Parts: sequence; C-alpha cells; structure tokens
Amino acid sequence: MSAERKTRIVGRSVAKSDGMELACGAPLFCEDQLPPGCLHARVLRSSYAHARIVSLDVAPAEQLEGVAAVLHHGNVPRVMRTTAGQGAPEPSPYDFTTFDSKLRYVGDRVAAVAAETPELARQALGLIQLEVEQLPAIIDAHKAQAPGAVVIHDEPDARVVIPVTYEPQRNLVAHVDFQVGDVEKGLAAADASFDREYSCHYAQHAPIEPHCALAEPLANGRLRITTSTQVPFHVRRIVAQALQWPVSRIRVIKPRIGGGFGAKQEVLIEDLVAFLAVRSGRPVFLRLSRAEEFNSRTRHPMHIRLRTSVSAKGELKSVDMNVLSNTGAYGCHGLTVVCNCGSKVLPLYRWDDIRFWADVVYTNGPVAGAYRGYGATQAAFAMEVQMDEMARALGIDPVQFRLQNHIRSGETSPVFQALGEGGEGVAQNIGSNGLAKCLRQAAKEFGWRRRPRRQSKAILRRGQGMACLMQGSSIPEVDMGAASIKMNEDGSFNLLVGATDLGTGSDTILAQIAAEVLGVEMAQILVTSSDTDLTPFDVGAYASSTTYLSGEAVRKAAKTVAGQIRKVAANILGLPVRKLSLAEGQVVAADGQSLTLARIGASSLYEKDQNQIGAFASHTTQKSPPPFSAHFAEVEVDTETGLVRVLDYVAAVDCGTAINPALAEGQVEGAVANGLGYALIEEIKLDERGRLRNGSFREYKIPSTLDLPKIRVILVPTYEASGPYGAKSVSEIGINGPLPAIANAIFDAVGVRLRQAPFTPEKILAALKAAEQESS
Amino acid sequence: MKIDLSFTLNGSPINTSVAVDRRLVDLLRDELDLTGTKIGCEEGECGACTVLVDGQAVNSCLFPAPEVDGKHVITIEGLGESDNRLSELQQAFVDQGGIQCGFCSPGMILSARALLNENPNPSQDEIREALGGNLCRCTGYVQIVDSIQTAAARENSDD
Repeated sequence: MSAERKTRIVGRSVAKSDGMELACGAPLFCEDQLPPGCLHARVLRSSYAHARIVSLDVAPAEQLEGVAAVLHHGNVPRVMRTTAGQGAPEPSPYDFTTFDSKLRYVGDRVAAVAAETPELARQALGLIQLEVEQLPAIIDAHKAQAPGAVVIHDEPDARVVIPVTYEPQRNLVAHVDFQVGDVEKGLAAADASFDREYSCHYAQHAPIEPHCALAEPLANGRLRITTSTQVPFHVRRIVAQALQWPVSRIRVIKPRIGGGFGAKQEVLIEDLVAFLAVRSGRPVFLRLSRAEEFNSRTRHPMHIRLRTSVSAKGELKSVDMNVLSNTGAYGCHGLTVVCNCGSKVLPLYRWDDIRFWADVVYTNGPVAGAYRGYGATQAAFAMEVQMDEMARALGIDPVQFRLQNHIRSGETSPVFQALGEGGEGVAQNIGSNGLAKCLRQAAKEFGWRRRPRRQSKAILRRGQGMACLMQGSSIPEVDMGAASIKMNEDGSFNLLVGATDLGTGSDTILAQIAAEVLGVEMAQILVTSSDTDLTPFDVGAYASSTTYLSGEAVRKAAKTVAGQIRKVAANILGLPVRKLSLAEGQVVAADGQSLTLARIGASSLYEKDQNQIGAFASHTTQKSPPPFSAHFAEVEVDTETGLVRVLDYVAAVDCGTAINPALAEGQVEGAVANGLGYALIEEIKLDERGRLRNGSFREYKIPSTLDLPKIRVILVPTYEASGPYGAKSVSEIGINGPLPAIANAIFDAVGVRLRQAPFTPEKILAALKAAEQESS
Repeated sequence: MKIDLSFTLNGSPINTSVAVDRRLVDLLRDELDLTGTKIGCEEGECGACTVLVDGQAVNSCLFPAPEVDGKHVITIEGLGESDNRLSELQQAFVDQGGIQCGFCSPGMILSARALLNENPNPSQDEIREALGGNLCRCTGYVQIVDSIQTAAARENSDD
C-alpha cells in the first residue's frame, strides 16, 4: 500500500461483529461454558510478605470428602520460567515456578485445591497447615538495593534467557543506560534547566471479568484450556513449559474476554488448572475472587528524576531521565516496561543530548506487570508536567511550546535505535504525524485560553492543562501476526486469526479489512479468532499491535485470495486476469461481464479445476509507527476539601486511518477514563507488612458514570504508509494523558505543582498549605 | 436446608427448591443455566450481576434466592422480543458502541431498563445517576449513555 484511496468498509463505524450475541447475554465467556462434573479450584495464598516454608501439611485437605487434588511445592515439578506472556525467548527473568518453598509477597501461592464445589475447595484450604520462617521484607523500592538488604530471589536457578543485566543478589531485575551526546554539558550550558522528581503508584487493571480458566483433560491424552487471556499462543507455550509437555498436547481457546488491559497478558492461573486437571483427570475451573484480582498484577510504581534544559527561545536542548521501577516480587515485564519509559516518551521531542538510565528492583510488594500504557504512562507524566513548567518559566504558551519542539514526519530519534525490548531497538523515521493537527484541533474544540481565568480568592477554582503523547504500533522485528482465509461455495469466507479480541473489537476491524479487499459485505466474513488448534499464530493482544500488525496480515491474505478468485473467474469467462476486479460480491470485467462470488466458489469446490480457494499470510514489521495525541483538561479544585472535579476533557488522536471510527473513539474514551481514575482516585495501598489495604471495589474505586465528564474524542486522520489502509494503533495511548493534563490543570487552578500521583484531596490540601506557608 | 420457591422468570413460571443461603445469581447461572447474568465482584459493587426483580434493578450476587418467591424476575435473556429480535435497548447498545467487551453489558442494559421504565425520557445526568452502580472499565461510559438516549428516543417514537 503506498497511496491513499477511497474505501468502502474500512473507515466506517460498522457495528461490532459480536455485539448482538453479547447484548443477548449469550454464553460466550469462560465461566459460561463449564462442563458437567467440573471441579472448582481455589488457591491458598501467603499472608506473609517474605517467608520460607518450614512445613506444609496438606493431608487433612486431601482427606476431605469431595477434594480431588491438592498441589504444592512438594508435588509439582520445579521449572523456572516467567508468567509474562511475551515472545520467546522472553525478556523477563525466569524467577518463578508453579509453587516455590519461598513466599515473596502477600498473595504468593502456597497451595491449590480442586474440589467438587467452590465451598468445599475453600473449606479444604482452611485445613492446610503451614509453618513458616518469616524473613525481613522490603516494601519500599528505595531500600531494595541498600547495603545488607535481604535478597528476595536467592534461589540459584533464577536467571535470564536473553543477554541482559540481571543481578538478583542485589535485588536488581534490570538495568538500562544509554546516552547520546553529552547530557551534563548540555544541561550546564543551556539558558535554563530543570531538575524535578516524580512518582507514580501501584494501580490495578480491574477488568470487570476477573481472570478465569478452565482445563479439560481429553480422552486422547491432550489438554484443552479455555481461558480469559490476551495471549493464547503464549499460554500454550508457557503451560507446556510448566507441565514439561510438548506444545502439541495442549490446545488453548480464547472465548470472549471481559477486558484485560495487560493483566491478562500474564499466564497467571492456566498452569494451576492444567496441573489440577491432569492430576484429577477431571475438568477444573478457577476464577480469581475480586480480592485476588486486585493482587494479581499491577502497574509498576516508579520514581522518576527528570532533568532538562532549554534555550531562552524555547528550543529543547538536553534531557536526562532516570527511573527507579518497582516490579514487586517477580520480574515479569520489569525490563520491557522500563525501556518503554524511554522509547515511548523521549522521541516525542527533538533533543540535542539524551540520557536514559533505569534500575528495576525487586520488593516484597504486589507483582507488577503489563498495564495499558506500559511505562509510557509513568514517564509521560514526568515529561509533560516538566514541559508545562518549562513553558511557563519561559513565558511561552504550552501548546506553542510543543508545536515548536515536537518530532516531525521524516525525522528520527536516536532513541528508536538505542532502546528496544531489553536490548537495542530498531531505527525508524517517523512516517505519518498528525500531532500538530491534534494540538490545533483539540485546542480549538476545548477553547484553550479562551475560558475564564481563575480567581485567586475563590473557594472553587478552575484551571486548564494539556499534554502531548506518543506510543508505538507493535514491537518491530519481534511481533508476528498471521491470518488465513478460505472461501466457501456461497461466496462467504472464513477468516481465521490468532489475534486476540479482548473486547476491543479486533475481530470486527480485521473482518472489515478482509471485506474491503474482497469486495464483500461484513456478513460474508466469518471470523474465528484465537484457537491454537485452528487459527494461525499471533503474539496476542499487547504492544498496541493488532490493527497495525495482524491487520496487515489479514490484508495480505485477502489480497492473495482475491488474486485466486480472479484467476478462477478468468478461466470461466475466458478473459485475462488483469481485466477483472472484485466489487459488491462479484468479479466484474472491464467489458461489463460479471460473475458472483457464489458462482466462483461453487465452481472451484465442485465443478472445474477443483481447488480450495484460500491463503495464509504472516506479517512482521521493521517499524513501530507512533500514534500521536494531544489532551486538554479542565478541572475545578475545591480549596477547602481538596477535591478535584474534571469538568471537561478533550483528546485528539492521530491513529492513522481509523478502520472503525466508533471503535477507535471507544478505545480512547475508555483509556482516558482509566487514566483519570489513575490520576485522581485509584491507588493500591499497602500496610507496613505488605498487605493490600483496599482490595475491593468498595475501597478501591474505579471511575463510575458519576465520576467522569463526557470525554470528547477527535480522530485526526493521517495515512501511515506501512499500515493496513494507513492505520496505526489506538488502544494504549489515551491512558497516558490524564496524569499530566490533570496535574497541569491543577497547577493552573491553584498554583501548586503535584509531582506525586494520584492527586488526592489530602495531597492537594497539603500542597496548598505548604504554598501558603511559603508565601507568608 | 432447602425451601420451595415459585416465581416468574422472564415470563415463565418456575417451581424449584433452593438452599436458604443460595444467592439469586447462583440459582440463575448454576441451576437454571442462564449465564447472561455475570459475576464480577460478588460484593454488590460492580453491577455485572444486575437483574430486575419486580422491575427494580438488584445485584443478584447479594440477593437471596428465596426472596424471589412470588416475584417477577427479568434477566438479560428475557429482555428481547418474543420473535428473537433484540429489544430496542439491546439494539441501541449494539448500534451506538455501548458494548466493548460485553461483560458489564447485561447488567448495564438491565439497569437502563429499570430507568426507562420509570423515566422514558431521561437526561444525560439522569442516565449517569441511574447507572452509577454499574461499572464498566472499557468504554468511559460515553457510548453507553448515548446508547440509552438512543433507545429512549426509539421507544418513545414507537409509542
């Protein structure tokens, strides 16, 4: 694809292909499909942040009537691996086994039970006798590397499987350091420089459907796993690794998924139901309780020191970003999330000198993992708040300041080459770039600088803030997506994709791409996704990859199929292939003759030169074209209570061509809502012993209809030549905006800079008080 | 201990017996095979298990099954038209992007039904108020609110 052209179905907001079934409450989710005689699993979890198991007596549980299997470190093989659902070899350390004799956080696995009912399973857990030797625990990431700090992963078999820094004896999970130019010189020489520290907190994905998985032993010796996952092919590989089975004995099916947001990029419970099913010879189902879900995976808390310098005219000069990331008790996604702090934030602006260096450390806190935004959320907070501070110091409008400094089409950043998924990245030039348009359109729609100014004496004070963002589209030279298409005799097509629709609508947009190429309506494309026995491989739903990567695989497969159809038609019509094209369910010749696809399908299957029309295609990429976005927020701060109300929010996004604008808008609206929760109300709180203090929706609030303004989204079309029909990604970028946009709006309203998220009433009142004391 | 129970479910009479401590959601899902009612938190906070009992939206994860005796219960499976057509409300959710992952949708749609029964022409604020107990993590609620306004308009024009 090189040129933009008019499309028929691509670019239209067709209804989601699974919408009707979902609206009917059809049995589409994992827990809706439990077979008769299914056992229920429960997990005994550590109530200690750090302890060694001295003795574990499961006999009373095993003897309870109705208990079919009890698993623990004494009866499950030790296979070191990671729970991170990433391509192999994984960039996450192998620091985890199904059960270990050491417990590293409150919530770590001790044992698992399968029983006839959930109640019996729970009762059995209560009969297990556990004796431990408690160890000193590290909760604060700053203390993880202190001299004499307890070693969290002292097991000799913890290791990395790619060549990267890993020093568990120092609680160091990963270390990254690169420099282009001379940052210290650049910081010292510039007209103005800034040096600030920022911190981001633990938060949970909170999909409304918790993690669920069902494992069924089959009569042929295989195991079928139906699971609420973003990564079915990685589940197959990792469960096979844990069981020490060949991949061929496992089939993984992804049903409809009730949201994931990164939490379900972890292979978190599939190994348990697999082992329990194999051990009992029965189907086993496990759903995490909401409390367990809150302690399943979290966003990496980070401490970021950001130093920048700028000329008096507002040209950015040098940047030095230093990150301390807390991965909790296990290192899943530790390295790659922190790499994204640099790679998805620093290239947004032109810098003369760049340094990015980061440490990722173990603590005995909840385990962090993939979470929508994936490091960019945390780093964009630091960068965009500092950009605001710089603009104000220089007396330049923050929008103008970004327009002056952002990366342009055709330009590159040394960061792309320097920083990849752990190791080096892949150099790229920016293709499509609608950031300037995003800034101008969103500013206009929002009424930037045309709203009434704050009144410094009022109790309720309003302010406005903004931020700019970029993300990526898939992982270049790592991710692969594949699709196959076959034609039926009525002119319909089976589209099989490994891509994983977790509620995002990818089945729909992939069908739109196939329908566009094949010249048919949506109803003619029958999508089957994510069944490891049936569909081609795909890495899964993460790294904002599906539209851009899997979409291009679908387009390529459809192109090949279209070619085959024209060839069959050419034989029937006695015309050269080049004179034929596909449109409206027909092959049309230049001279006006036409054949229906049903005629061609029937001919190919039953009549002449019998042959299955169909094709496979795979796609990898050398680029990860960033979507760009500009966010604007207006808040009202109550200076007596510290409460912040979001009055208005506008997000303009350049995702290239929106294959389905309504779905793209839905992605942005949902991401912004999640980001607003992270900025204002969501925070996992731990007590001094590492226990979660708010593991329920009653105590950990996620935004409801009453907490959010009507989020306004503007899609700014551009054309990314390397993507299917010009598309880039859209799913993650929106979550990165609210932290900085709200922080900047709060500053605008009340004149205090909040650099520690979330912006709770307590922090705002404390900041107002401090500011008052300073001025008096 | 089990007790006998008679109620109307989606328009049909049900006679069964349940344990006294059985939750309505378990009766529906495990014994009556109506899995459209979802389990999200089991503490009455997320609203995924919302059903209508005598027209009122309730969290079936907290609602004791024996208490539906003599009452009318509507679940998502009972909302469509008799001839296999979606109700206006369900259709509007499909058309207006009110569904992303679909896990909160049955509860969301039933809360919206309870609202429209009381108030056929709600404002955006009234919709947001009525749905305050139904959490959605995918949509940011924008297209859900639009869906309900669209359904209300269509229902009013049908009258």
